[in-house]
Amino acid sequence: MSELKPMSEQAPASPERRRFVGTAAATAAGLAIAPGVVLVQVAHGRPEDQAVSSAVRWGMLIDATKCANGCNDCVTACSTENGWTPVAESKHPRQAPQWIRKLELQDPLTQMETSLPMLCQHCAEPPCVDVCPTGASFKRADGIVLVDRHTCIGCRYCMMACPYKARSLVHEHLNDTQKADVPRGIGCVESCTFCVQKVDRGDGNTACAEACTAAGHNALLFGDMNDPDSEISRRLRELPTKQVRADLNLNLGVRYHGI
Amino acid sequence: MASITFREVEGSSMKYWLLLGGLGLFVLFGALAWNHMHHYGHVVTGMDNQIVWGLPHVFAVFLIVAASGALNVASIASVFNKPMYKPLAPLSAILSLALMLGGLLVLVLDLGRSDRLIVAMTHFNFKSMFTWNVFLYSGFFALVGIYLWTMLDRNVKSWSKAAGTAAFIWRLTLTTGTGSLFGFLIARDLYGSAMLAPMFIIMSFAYGLAIYLMVLAASYAWTSRPLGDVVMMRLKTLLVVFVSAVLYFVVVHHMTNLYFAKYHAVEAFVLRDGGIITALFWVGQILIGCVAPLVILLSRLGSQRNWIMIACALVILGGMAQMYVTIIGAQAFPLDMFPGLIESSSFYDGVVHSYAPSMAELFLGLGGVAIALLVTVFAIKVLRLLPASLDDATVAKLEH
Repeated sequence: MSELKPMSEQAPASPERRRFVGTAAATAAGLAIAPGVVLVQVAHGRPEDQAVSSAVRWGMLIDATKCANGCNDCVTACSTENGWTPVAESKHPRQAPQWIRKLELQDPLTQMETSLPMLCQHCAEPPCVDVCPTGASFKRADGIVLVDRHTCIGCRYCMMACPYKARSLVHEHLNDTQKADVPRGIGCVESCTFCVQKVDRGDGNTACAEACTAAGHNALLFGDMNDPDSEISRRLRELPTKQVRADLNLNLGVRYHGI
Repeated sequence: MASITFREVEGSSMKYWLLLGGLGLFVLFGALAWNHMHHYGHVVTGMDNQIVWGLPHVFAVFLIVAASGALNVASIASVFNKPMYKPLAPLSAILSLALMLGGLLVLVLDLGRSDRLIVAMTHFNFKSMFTWNVFLYSGFFALVGIYLWTMLDRNVKSWSKAAGTAAFIWRLTLTTGTGSLFGFLIARDLYGSAMLAPMFIIMSFAYGLAIYLMVLAASYAWTSRPLGDVVMMRLKTLLVVFVSAVLYFVVVHHMTNLYFAKYHAVEAFVLRDGGIITALFWVGQILIGCVAPLVILLSRLGSQRNWIMIACALVILGGMAQMYVTIIGAQAFPLDMFPGLIESSSFYDGVVHSYAPSMAELFLGLGGVAIALLVTVFAIKVLRLLPASLDDATVAKLEH
């Protein structure tokens, strides 16, 4: 007891100071833990038996001003993540599926060149879903447009209907590059899934966007367009963006800046 | 009204069996072609991710459209009460069923997963024109089947008009559905028009009647039954009306597109710069399919039976060319995602897509035609579908 006394004398107990320290500690702890808690809730790593929610709308912002001409990293990353053979390695390039491709644009008048990736635009009103006879083409509640590989009959009506040529038919037997969590098959139509397997795992990002960031271009930003505080929502508020073929009024999940 | 004797064709001659065998051979080739495509996948076809519907669809849609039109003769008899057409009605009904069967077989055997047909029969999306067509096609078989039954069975003959009217309305709806398969596609510049539905209906009238006339004339010539000029000339005049109407719709469709600046590029492609597509349009669809038959049928040549047959064959060839232009041409023209800009990519963006059909696709399509004819040739042997005589005297009695 006698040893403690001098201490208390040196540092006289102050209720204000104590409250301050307590609040600071709680705030610090809160700040440290909260993102984790928020991440669990917002990054939507959800249990398998829980349905996806329309409270979320996954989307992508593509900044064409940052997309590098000649860079193909997003395409390579997609092919690696989803197990489709890169077109350069395919024996039948005309018939090879391409889930994402680099599009080079040039204005014939001004010679202005633009480079951008083209992929499934994950429309809110997808023409592919409208025309699919069996309902194999469908849109999840969180806005991701997918093909049910087990009910697709390969009629290719969705490919006729898509204004973005985003879909491919698997024309031949698949080799062993297939991934366990990305079901594919001969005779079925497929397209970009927004890396749904990663989204459902809670990664909160797609392979193409990760690759673009890793390459230092930061042209692709994936996120929840319904969450006003998400990075994508913030950037979409700041940057002027366009939808490709906005005249069709399909309300796209992919928005482009710089086109 | 005088009664007409219907009689099966004997079908025991060498010629009959050769015909049946020849058609059977093409059905076999079609089956082998399907097996080849199904085993290796669509990689063995000329189709790719740019031209996703190829030659099999050209055959299939042509046969389905013609099937609906082949019923026309029967409809004129029962719905519009023209007695002269009554003896022509049973062949009209069976031919329409047979053509529909051939067309549908080609369509489903060209699916990426033709083994999953049962899925298409059990999973429906009622916003899809394809789903509606599944019901329209099934209903067509049922209604035309019943209609045929009312024609062949005296006990239910009184229902013939009702069944005929139902089948008539149904097949107009069906062809509207077939035209709308394309009309409801917003992505392609050449589609996305309500014009396609009525245009397909009038095309079905022309193609169906041309096939009907050829089958009728061949059946009577090869069985040595009398077929008078009255029937031939009446049907010939009808064909003139239908072919003229097709020409009218085609002109209006393209003139409408030419008025809109956004369609100038695709119209220039079809009408001027499209290479094989342009050639098929002007030479195939317009010259062979419309102008030449009209010239033949309206001139003195039109009174000669051989020339009528040639005109019918030209209408059919022109119809195939029209389907090729409509289906392949619309896909060959690149999608314009960024108007005014030049596009390029590894996925053939911004370039006109070429297409060279493989033998497998050709034989699958021909297999469908062969099935349709095989069914018809077999049906006239086992059912009383053809009047024993259609000479002018017999037909004249019907009109009084």
